[in-house]
Amino acid sequence: MSLTPTSPDYILPKLKADTLASLVKKGVRLSGRGLNDYRDIDIKVNYVPNADGSAFVKLGNTQVLVGIKLEVGNPYPDTPNEGTMVVSAEFVPMASPVFEPGPPDENAIELARVIDRSIRELKAIDLSKLVLIPGKKVWNVWIDIYVLDHDGNLIDASSIATLAALLVTKVPKAEVNEETGEVKVDKTTYVGNLPLSRKVVTVTAGKLGDVILLDPDLEEESVLDTRLVVAVSDDGRIAGMQKTGMGHLTKEEVLSIVERALNKGKEIIEKVVRTVEEAQK
Amino acid sequence: MEKPKLLRDDGRRLDGRAYDELRPIRMEVGILNNANGSALVEYGKTKVIAAVYGPREPQQKHLALPYRAILRCRYHMAPFSTHERKSPAPSRREVELSKVIREALEPVVMTEAFPRTSIDIFIEVLNADGGTRTASVTAASLALADAGIPMKDLVAGVAVGKIEGVLVLDIDEIEDMYGEADMPVAAAPSLGMITLLQLNGVLTYDEFKRALDLALKGIRQIYEMQKEVLKKRYLEVKVEE
Repeated sequence: MSLTPTSPDYILPKLKADTLASLVKKGVRLSGRGLNDYRDIDIKVNYVPNADGSAFVKLGNTQVLVGIKLEVGNPYPDTPNEGTMVVSAEFVPMASPVFEPGPPDENAIELARVIDRSIRELKAIDLSKLVLIPGKKVWNVWIDIYVLDHDGNLIDASSIATLAALLVTKVPKAEVNEETGEVKVDKTTYVGNLPLSRKVVTVTAGKLGDVILLDPDLEEESVLDTRLVVAVSDDGRIAGMQKTGMGHLTKEEVLSIVERALNKGKEIIEKVVRTVEEAQK
Repeated sequence: MEKPKLLRDDGRRLDGRAYDELRPIRMEVGILNNANGSALVEYGKTKVIAAVYGPREPQQKHLALPYRAILRCRYHMAPFSTHERKSPAPSRREVELSKVIREALEPVVMTEAFPRTSIDIFIEVLNADGGTRTASVTAASLALADAGIPMKDLVAGVAVGKIEGVLVLDIDEIEDMYGEADMPVAAAPSLGMITLLQLNGVLTYDEFKRALDLALKGIRQIYEMQKEVLKKRYLEVKVEE
């Protein structure tokens, strides 16, 4: 059951909310950013040695850790010759005063599913190369998003961290015994990188009155009418979309957001790739 | 199963529809006795019912808001609604769809008229053949109207898909399963408000623009049907014998 939120993530004092609203009309934000500006993006890859790939990302003061694990498992019956991929998200209770322990709520589920779809629909991971015994044994790719500190725009931070983690994920050595159908995994040896055929990030726009701003922080999120998340691929296509939040958008607003997102997404992907390459030198 | 050819040689779709043609749509309001409002909506073989209870005291009283009604929404699929039996426990998909459907209705329901109450929307998918979330929005908005809850506009929904490179209106399950994109949209046409927008799949900017226009055109048609069915239910003059 989905309910109108009754305890908001953050309560912005009325005075500050009014200032914020009047400033953005002039193209200025409380943080001094321009309407299309992102906060600083800081990426640390291979943050978790026990994961097969991981990335710790700060988007301003929002902090997200993504860990990726590869396990040998069964394929789905309808795709016997492909590996599998599952994205999950945990909003851990330490990340915000309003997060509680327990199974993922609708916001965590939505975030994970939007990121899952962006990767899946674009075929960003080449799952056909993750087969060990056709129809029987494949690699299961587990992508776990861990939100550690909530200062707004969790989805873009998670998406950036997911991309960075995917770029450094390695495939462990697996020996297939054709006769018994057993697979022996040697996690101390890696045979190569996770096969990626495309890259994708989400770009989130917030609407406040008739103003559109990118990468809303927590203060801004608390007063936004609604948000639109646009997944952008490295070849400049739209790889997914989700309106999230209670308000509405006009057609013109949607088109303007998508146009901005396509430009910004390309920029962010380039930045992630550059940072990861430098870190691996 | 092998991917079937989704477009016939004459350019029409598997079920004979043109690219911009809706499935046969049927709507009925006031189908349940106990609910304050209810509606049945069919898009082809997709069949959903929506029921509205309220405004009433919230089940969990501490969730009441002093300045508006809260909306509670549950999208649920019956175990027999799909090809393989679906467990009745709520899936992650159903949790997400309950949220986006509620958020599709929030902008039009005049919740501020009923502080400290709850308006509950229950949606059951009886048969799933693609477009269940958009049919659900259409049904829920009719059920809200049937319950007499003031709204700024009705909301109608439809999905546009991309099959074999062609954008098509109101995709069914086969087109969704084997197609390249599925884009559910809901809008309040008279106010020009888009209240639900999702895209599962990959589109270029140009394709997206055309897909959005196609969806809004379909929504307009469904919206006219909604108004028609409500008028028929409530404007009929009963003549005493």
